Amino acid sequence: MRDALLADGPPAIWLVADGPPTIWEWIARNWDTGRGGSIKNLLGDHLVMSLVPIVAGLALALPLGLASVRWRWLYQPTAGLFNVIYALPSLPVFMLLISVTGLSKTTVIIPLTFYAIAVLIPAVVDGLGSVPDHVRQSAVAMGFTPLRRLLRVELPIATPVVLAGLRVVAVSSISLVSVGAVIGEGGLGMLFTRAYQNPFLPPVIVGIVLIVALALVADALLVLAQRLLTPWVRARRAS
Amino acid sequence: MITFDSVTKRYPDGTVAVDHLSLEAPTGEVTVFVGPSGCGKTTSLRMINRMIDATEGEILLDGRPVREIDPPTLRRGIGYVIQQAGLFPHKKIVDNIATVPHLLGWDRGKARARAMELLERVGLDPAMGERYPFQLSGGQQQRVGVARALAADPPVLLMDEPFSAVDPIVRTSLQDELLRLQAELNKTIVFVTHDIDEAIKLGDRVAVLRVGGRLAQLADPKTLLSEPADDFVREFLGRDRGIRRLQFVSTEGLRLRTDLTVPEGYEGGRSEPWLLVVTKDGRPLGWIAGDGRGGPEPYGTFRPGQDSMRAALDAALLSPSGCAVAVDEEGKVAGVATREALDAALAEAADA
Ligand SMILES: Nc1ncnc2c1ncn2[C@@H]1O[C@H](COP(=O)(O)OP(=O)(O)O)[C@@H](O)[C@H]1O
Ligand SMILES: [Mg+2]
Repeated sequence: MRDALLADGPPAIWLVADGPPTIWEWIARNWDTGRGGSIKNLLGDHLVMSLVPIVAGLALALPLGLASVRWRWLYQPTAGLFNVIYALPSLPVFMLLISVTGLSKTTVIIPLTFYAIAVLIPAVVDGLGSVPDHVRQSAVAMGFTPLRRLLRVELPIATPVVLAGLRVVAVSSISLVSVGAVIGEGGLGMLFTRAYQNPFLPPVIVGIVLIVALALVADALLVLAQRLLTPWVRARRAS
Repeated sequence: MITFDSVTKRYPDGTVAVDHLSLEAPTGEVTVFVGPSGCGKTTSLRMINRMIDATEGEILLDGRPVREIDPPTLRRGIGYVIQQAGLFPHKKIVDNIATVPHLLGWDRGKARARAMELLERVGLDPAMGERYPFQLSGGQQQRVGVARALAADPPVLLMDEPFSAVDPIVRTSLQDELLRLQAELNKTIVFVTHDIDEAIKLGDRVAVLRVGGRLAQLADPKTLLSEPADDFVREFLGRDRGIRRLQFVSTEGLRLRTDLTVPEGYEGGRSEPWLLVVTKDGRPLGWIAGDGRGGPEPYGTFRPGQDSMRAALDAALLSPSGCAVAVDEEGKVAGVATREALDAALAEAADA
């Protein structure tokens, strides 16, 4: 297990320190070492492992949410199932998945995707539920076909609620990736594990700052998307 | 023309909402469905554009069974207006109005131009086109709802209690507006309301429905008021039927006297009990006793030929003189309808 963790090997600089470097020196030396454990690579890994679940989660939650609205009886079992998965502790889930997907990014991505789905199905269902009945009725009366009504009327009106769910998913997904460190795939979370072996603060600080920054950027992008996609919501708040 | 041929709607739970309804809504006329809540008005209306399908019987649109027409196609040719307007909250007003033209594949420019034209037509400032629905009052939203229903110029308009949710003053102006539009457009309109006064004001023909979805009476408003078919209709029409019927009696033939006016500054000398003081430019100022004593008293006006006998009588009752002042379109005095003249006209109306 330990070999697996250090498969890429820590940068030599961590081991042969002649006097502790300052945090800036440490960043400069470890930003891009050309090896797997460099800060740059960990940042890239982190992005992949948090973005894939967000996108995949939305892609899967949309049809599941739509189906739950179309066939009401589906909603409770589906939402229940994903909530149970959501509630499972990550460690045993990882152990279970390792036997299938090994010590890979996929092992981290799969549970995070399930978490995203667990949050997004209710968001989609609530979003569609926020479409006033008279609006739906008048769309029918004007001659929208069901598909067109969904795409042009119901989903746009549901967008603010879905995006609110997506913001929760984005931030928690970015922060949860670190847990993958236990199987050697934690993205920036790897910077924390190394602190156990070597009580040295800069990696921990850099890890926390970068994760928080990523979360803030992702959230800001979603807020921007919300403004662009749903101008009528902003107009309402302003008035 | 819309024809209901023995149409019945039974919901899956067994409720019979409409029971063997047979009637015709003639082309270019306003047919009103009126009745208490739950009598099947909405169900009847929605069977026309197939939002609900009839259980038995047939609805024909210009002779063609609606059952045979694909619902989206059918609906794009029928305007529909509902109580809450049902505007799309995520679309600007012009895009809301242009909805059906978009569905029909008109090009963007033409659809927008049509939307702007309609915005003015329903009495709204074209600048409102760029707003979102929540930025409009209830009455304005309802006007947009009417504009949206008219956008693709459908021959048929279905309206389900469109003015029920706005305050009485706005409701009156929306009703007047609809009558004005209808005079220009001559649509085949089916209008649903629970308000008998609205039905009488707007309908060329009024269908009174009773709970259980059965037709109680189909008649023009005047006949409905003077000859209700049974106790249910009589009760539903409410009080004051006689007075309300006067709104269908013309003031055209009302005898007017022109010798009862005097200029400002009149100081008595005529033997009439009341005289109307008129300003230099011909407008009424008030009633004065024949002996010239006392200040000018209140007066009421009506426009002969335009206003109904109900308005003339109302004008007479507003004044201690008991006479109604007839004015022309500029508000200048055209004459006076005395009690005797009103009496004669009322007697004639009662005989008619
Ligand atoms: N979807 C439905 N299922 C069962 N009953 C219904 C349904 N819609 C309406 N009804 C019943 O049918 C009757 C007529 O309803 P409706 O046409 O809405 O009346 P109105 O518009 O005159 O108030 C009512 O008794 C109502 O409860
Ligand atoms: Mg109704």
